[in-house]
Order: sequence, then structure tokens, then C-alpha cells
Amino acid sequence: MTAAQVEDLVTDGELTWVEVCRLDDLAPERGAAALVGGDQVALVRLLDDRVLAVQQLDPFCGAYVMSRGIVGTRSVDGVDVPTVASPMYKQVFDLTTGRCLDAVGKEPVDLRTWPVRVVAGSVQVGVAAGSVAVGGAG
Amino acid sequence: MVAQRLVEAMRDRDAAGEWRITVLAEEPRAPYDRVALTSYFSGRDPEDLALGTPELWADPLVRLVRGDAVTAIDREARTVTSTSGRVEHYDHLVLATGSKAAMPPIEGNDLPGVFVYRTVDDVAELRGWVEEQRERWSRPVRGAVIGGGLLGLEAAGALQALGAQSTVVQFGTHLMSAQIDLGGGEALRRLINSLGVGVRLNTATTRMRTNRRGTVGRLDFADGGRLDVDVVVVATGVTPRDELGRAAGLEVGPRGGVVVDDACRTADPFVSAAGEVACIQGACIGLVAPGYAMAEIVVDRLLGGAATFPGADTATKLKLSGVDVASFGDAFAVTPGALEIVWADPVGGVYKKLVLSDDARTLLGGVLVGDASAYASLRPMLGRELPGDPGQYLLPEGGGGGGATLELPDDAAVCSCNNVTAGTVRGAVTEHGCTDLGAVKACTRAGTSCGSCLPLVKKLVTAELEKSGITVSKALCEHFDLSRAQLYDAVRVTQLRSFTDVLARFGTRPGARGCDICKPVVASILSTTAPGHVLEGERATLQDTNDHVMANLQKDGSYSVVPRIAGGEVTPEGLLVIGQVAKDFGLYTKITGGQRIDMFGARIDQLPAIWKRLVDAGMESGHAYGKSLRTVKSCVGSTWCRFGVQDSVALAVQLELRYRGLRSPHKIKLGVSGCARECAEARGKDVGVIATDKGWNVYVGGNGGFTPRHAQLLAEDLDTETLVRTIDRFLMYYVRTADRLQRTAPWMEDVEGGLEGVRAVIMDDALGIAADLDAQMALHVDSYEDEWAATLADPEKLRRFASFVNAPATPDPSLAYVAERGQARPATAEEKNGYDDGRTGAVLVAGTTLEVRS
Repeated sequence: MTAAQVEDLVTDGELTWVEVCRLDDLAPERGAAALVGGDQVALVRLLDDRVLAVQQLDPFCGAYVMSRGIVGTRSVDGVDVPTVASPMYKQVFDLTTGRCLDAVGKEPVDLRTWPVRVVAGSVQVGVAAGSVAVGGAG
Repeated sequence: MVAQRLVEAMRDRDAAGEWRITVLAEEPRAPYDRVALTSYFSGRDPEDLALGTPELWADPLVRLVRGDAVTAIDREARTVTSTSGRVEHYDHLVLATGSKAAMPPIEGNDLPGVFVYRTVDDVAELRGWVEEQRERWSRPVRGAVIGGGLLGLEAAGALQALGAQSTVVQFGTHLMSAQIDLGGGEALRRLINSLGVGVRLNTATTRMRTNRRGTVGRLDFADGGRLDVDVVVVATGVTPRDELGRAAGLEVGPRGGVVVDDACRTADPFVSAAGEVACIQGACIGLVAPGYAMAEIVVDRLLGGAATFPGADTATKLKLSGVDVASFGDAFAVTPGALEIVWADPVGGVYKKLVLSDDARTLLGGVLVGDASAYASLRPMLGRELPGDPGQYLLPEGGGGGGATLELPDDAAVCSCNNVTAGTVRGAVTEHGCTDLGAVKACTRAGTSCGSCLPLVKKLVTAELEKSGITVSKALCEHFDLSRAQLYDAVRVTQLRSFTDVLARFGTRPGARGCDICKPVVASILSTTAPGHVLEGERATLQDTNDHVMANLQKDGSYSVVPRIAGGEVTPEGLLVIGQVAKDFGLYTKITGGQRIDMFGARIDQLPAIWKRLVDAGMESGHAYGKSLRTVKSCVGSTWCRFGVQDSVALAVQLELRYRGLRSPHKIKLGVSGCARECAEARGKDVGVIATDKGWNVYVGGNGGFTPRHAQLLAEDLDTETLVRTIDRFLMYYVRTADRLQRTAPWMEDVEGGLEGVRAVIMDDALGIAADLDAQMALHVDSYEDEWAATLADPEKLRRFASFVNAPATPDPSLAYVAERGQARPATAEEKNGYDDGRTGAVLVAGTTLEVRS
């Protein structure tokens, strides 16, 4: 195993932008898990190269699997919003807000989201400034 | 059966718990469905015949005493005494003792090898005898059935199903003479002959003689004829079990049966009788529907009601595969002035007759032989005016004016077994919100006994749904208005190859990008219309996680791995490879239900390394993760087994290798048994193959799972080539036309024409698509490649298996395992995080972390 990628930290006002990977490392319309600080984050690259981030923990089953769900869209109030469906029990979430759109008969629980930006092909996740312990693992 | 119905009706209606019921049963088992007895021959478990839910028998107000026959009734003291000496007091006694098989006084009727056909035990003994005979003789076993009525014909079919020849010996002028007329009887004889069953009419049996072994060996007839036999079934009718009533001084009818009035009461106000033992309106009735009606009347009266017996509905339908016979109402046109309209097609083996009132308008009865499809809709019209020309109801569909549809009045009985009217079925939809056949069945109980009314119930339900404006939406999801079958055809015809193209052409709106419903469906469709790797380009984005990583997701986010073990055949070297891989990666191992080995607890980032080892050792994907062919289960077959008649393992391996990787609407399982003992449980599979002396019988539409279903016989004695072609077409027809996640059993209920429809399409090419189905399966077979081998050879595909995009080999830190019975299992939340009371969690084991570093 090679050494862990060293995360570049760029502090920008309230947010610290953590460089996670290259845009090319992400396949369109499919998620990928990432370690951001101590958190497991699910990154999703959409067809238009926007990247969105929600928590990797599936709140309904307790396993860290959200990045492995099917990405799609759902019409919410006449607008098609990007979604991810849990691969475990198929709850559907709005990727932009983390809102649970279909709880499949359970009490809805929303996902945490992170701001993401793509700068010169580099995918960066925004975390509250000062809260980042440089993670990375071997 | 009648007693069971009585208990059920009482528990349904006696909300106040006024009555406590004890059922004293002679047989050692809970009540079972005698009407379906013959199905026990075709491999059904006697348990399948059980009547009444376990909850019914567990009800505190119900007590079922089995294997303890009542021997005497004391009407003075109001007690009954049983064989075991049990004395039970009663406030009210219901005799529902039924009938016993009649045994005519023919010399030799007590010889070994002579059977009656009434109870599960009768059937089990008969089966045992025939199997014993089959092993004794190198020729086929010769059977005879004395009695050409409903039961006799079923018995003849049963003998045949056991591989015996059979001849029906009928005393009267034609078969089923109690139900159908001479013309119908003649058509029926031809149908029965065409099944390979012999028929002797106008024949009285005078003697049954022994062979040298002292068992039955020959029948002598009054006309001087003889018939050599190894087994005889006597089915000449039934005698009411009225001995208890007789001994207790109750009046019995001239031909037996405890006499009751229209309220099912005997002269003793504390004793009723119901079912075949009751002599009601001057006769005992050996049919289940009137028995059920009597049970309901008894309950009604006990609860203070005033129900009376309306007269017997003697409509009957023969349950014999390949022979369609139905009779209802005044089948012999005995009503004064009755008119008969007859339509006969001797070549096609069809005879149909309607009996009408003298003005040719009111339906009085009918006989349908060879094609009884009109039975379900005609029978409820008894005593009513038929709209239009009555002749149109007799003509075959598509024969001009045929297939007329009837708008049934609300009070027309649709299900006579459970006395459900058309109005009740409609009400289930309009008032109780049922939206499919299953819900209506559960709500009304229509079609839950003999099932002959199901096509009609389905028609009513669909019509009602459409009427109430509920279009039974077949739309896949918000992205496609088409059903899966429609989309399949659309994609196949347009030859589109990508999801984006399919969505652009057939999707509901631009900008939408599909969902977890339609994406896997399109992936599955494309896999058979335009075969390609599951992870090829855009296709990868359509897959559920199982297909995406080619392993089965488990509850903690780890996966399980199943290499293919075709036909369940594995070498010691193969076992060692699997064992070593499981050991090296710390995987929990378990034998699956499909005769292979599942290894659990693999992390997503471990999958390529695990598969590298397996593929290098010559193994390939078992597709345990796919909606696709899973396994072909087999018994050991003729190569080793003393009883096997064909090499079931070789065929299972051949079939598994042929259909491996075939993506379908749901998972598919096959089974191959090397003889009629059926050790592979093939009839519980989507396609089951059972060896015969002459080839293979193929059964289709079996399911385990939530709604178990036995597969139905599709074709008999096929050679291997024909068998494979038949399965090719069956599977491909299913792949093309089933709904999403619809397994073969419900698909066969839905598909046009049911089993017959499927047979017409794949055996007789009724739709002219057989060559197309063959070609499509050939394409699948030719384009098969091992998904895992192909993935390992492509670094681009392997990138998907990183645990984290920024730390590809860091294991998911949340995974934790506990040792149990010497293996790892996922730790519970408490074991990971400690318990509420402050105790710390269990000791976690290394689990799956013992990885082999490269």
C-alpha cells in the first residue's frame, strides 16, 4: 500500500476546503466513499460534473454504504432533484439537501451534507474551519 | 372438510365466544383437502393439503382431537364416547363424519393390491404398492380402475402419474354418467384414450383373481373378457358414515345418511348433521360445495339464525390434467320443455351443450367436455336469461362471435366452494380497496379452495378496477410509462444499447435520469438484448450494488462471495481452494440452499483479491448476487444411485453452464431429479426436470420463498435436445414478458392463457416467436463470459472496489466481528459500542482482517 494521500487544506472564511480526489477519480452517476477528517463521506459525481457529498452512514441500517446506492432523479414539486437510494433497504434521499424523500414505511431520517467544489479538476469538500484533524490513513 | 369449514365459520361469526367447539377426528391428522387428493400424487406433500390456518386450531375456543374415533352417542346424557374411552358432553352435536369408499361385493375385493381412493393413507398405500410393483417387473405396471366416475378418472390419472398403465372399467354406458350425457361421455372417452388410458364401457367385473404371489393378478368380466393387472383401484362411489347415527336411533335415509331437515337438524333438536353423512332433501350429496353450505347453515342456526338449505349446487369440474370436463345445473335436460343446444367437434375432442328453458332464453344447465373455459362464467348464470344468442357461448374463441363476455349480476355465485358472489368480489375492490387478485382472495376467500373460479374472479377484479377509474397502472416508475414487458419489447425492437438512449426515446420527460427501479430493469433488459459486461461504460451506473461489485451485500455493508459449483458437483481440490480462501481472508462459510458454498464478511476492497485467487484456481462467478440464473440443483442420479434412471448431474451441469449469467426479471432456479423420487426437489424450482424411463419430464413455475408453489407439468418424456430447447424458450419467454421482480409462478398466472398459453407459445409456436426465442438464447450462450475474470483483467473496472477514493486500501473502520461457533459474525451495535447498563461490548475478533498482502 502506498502512503495515504495527504489532504491539502485550504481555509476559506468559515470553511476549510479539503482536497479529496481528482474529478476523474469519480465515475459519473455513481458514488464513491471518502475519508474526510474522521468522517466517512459519500461523494457523487453527476452527469454535469457537479459533485455532491452526503454521509456514508445509512441511518436506516447503520452500515456505511450510501456511496454504493443507485443515483438518479426524482420529481419534487415539479423539479427533478438528484437522488441516491440506499443499497440496503432502498430509502431515497435528495443529494443536494440530504432530505429523506422516501422512508419506505419508516420514520424519515435525513442525511448530513457537505459543500463540495471542483477547482481545476480537484474535488474539495468543505468542513467547518478548525474542525479538521488531518486524517488520511494507510 | 365440512367440520373444518364449520369451525372456521363459527370462529368468524361467533364474536361473543358463545360456543366452544371440540372436533373429534378419526384420522391422525388435522382436516385436509380431499378434493385435491390427487395432487398428492404429483409430488405434493400431505401437509400442502391441510385445511385451516394454524391460528384456527390454536384458537382457545377450538379443540382438535386427532386419531380418536367416536364410538357411541348417548342422546339422553348428551355425551359421546371415543375409542380411547374419552367421554365428551355436548350442548349440541354435529355429525360430519362424511363417507367411506364403497366396496362392491366382488369376489377377491380383499386381495393385496386392491385399493380404494378416499384418504391420504389410501393414496400413500397405493403409491407405495405401485412403486414396489415397478421395481418387481421389467415391464410397465398394469393398473385398472373399477368405476368411470369423477373419482375413477382421477384415480386413473394418478396411476398414470405413477408410471403405471391404466384401464378404466365402467359398468354404465359412458364415463362420468352421473354428470354428463352420452354425447359428452363419448367425447370424454376419446380424450381419456388420448392420454393413454384404456376405457371399457358396459363392463361388469365378476371376479378379481390372484396371481402366483397371492396378490391381485386378473379381472374377470361378465362378458367373458379378462384383464391382467398388478393393481386395482375401486372407485364405485361412497357410502355415508351414518353408523353412529343409526346406533343412536336417528332416522336414516333409504340409501343411508342421517336424515335432516332444511336446517340440517335431525329429529333430535340437539343433533345436526352436515356434509356427505347428511341425507338432506331425500339424498346424500357427495360434493364439497353443498357440504360447506350445510356447515354454514348449522353455524347460523346455532347462533340463532334461520338459514335453510337452498338445494344442492351439483356443478362439477374434473381435475385431471389435459382433460377439461364440467357439468352444471340440469345437465340431462329433465326440466319439462327444456331445449338442448349442442356444439361438437369430434376432431378437436370438444363437446359442449347448453340446456335452456323452452323459450331458449334461461340457462338451466350445461355440459362442457374438452374445453370448459366457459364454465366459470356460465355457471353463475344458472336460472338467468342469457343475453344474446346462446349459441355464441359454445363457439370456440376466435371462431366468430365466440368468447362472449357476460356481465354477471351481483348475486351470481362466483366461487361456490366458499359461496362468494360477484357482488362480494366487486365490493372487495370498491369498498375494501383491494387492487389485485391476491388482495381480493384474502379479503373474500374467493378461489381459495378449488381455484376453478380464479380466472373469473380476476376478470371481475380487473373490470371493476377499470370501471372505478383506477387504471391498473403498469408503469414502471415515474421515468417510464411502460411496463417492464412493454419496455423490453421496445428496447428489443429499436435495438437501443444504452440507458441514456432508452431514456431519451421512451422516458417520461427530458432531464430526468432514472432511479433505483428503472435503472436495474433497463440493465437487465440490455443484458439479453445487447449482451455486455455488467460494468461496461454507462451500464455500471445502472446496477444495484450486488451486480456492481458482483457479490451479495450483507447487513453490515460487507459482502458474500459464491463461486459457481455447477450442479452441486465439486472436486476435493475445489473444496480445498474455497476452504483456503475462506481461511486466508477470515470469511464465515456456510453451505447454501442451492448446493454451493457462501463465504461471508468480505470487504468491498477485498473482493478483487479473493476473486483473483478463485479465478486462478479455475473458478468463476456463481451469480448469487444477480437477478439471474442461480443454481441447477441435482440429485446424484443414475451414475451412483441405485434408483436413478437418468444422469441428473450431467444434465444439471449442462443446464447450469448454458444459462449461467442469464439476467431475468427475478432470480431463477432449476432442479434436476434422476428419478420420480425427486430428491432434487425440482418441482419447487422455476424449471424442474424429472427423469423418466423414456426421457425427461419438465415442470415449470415452481417457487419456494414467500408463496411456495409447485411447478406444473409442461411436457413429458422429452429427449435431452428437445428438453433444452423447451427450457430455452420458456426462460426467454419469461425474460421478455414478466413484470419487474415477478417470479415465474405469478408470471404464469398472469401470462396470456396460463400454463396452456405458455405451452402453446413454446411447444406449438402459437405466436410465431419460437425461432426468435431460440436465437436470443443462442446469443446469450455465445456471448457468455465470466464477469469476474473480465473484471480482474481490466484496471479501470477494478478501481470501483476501492474502500475509499482517497484511501483505497483502508478498511471501513466501522466493521467489527465477534466469534461464534468458531467463526466470525458481525458484531451487534451493543457489542461494538457497549451496553446501556455500562457493560462493555463483547471481545471483537480480527474477523475478516487476516488478509493476504500482495
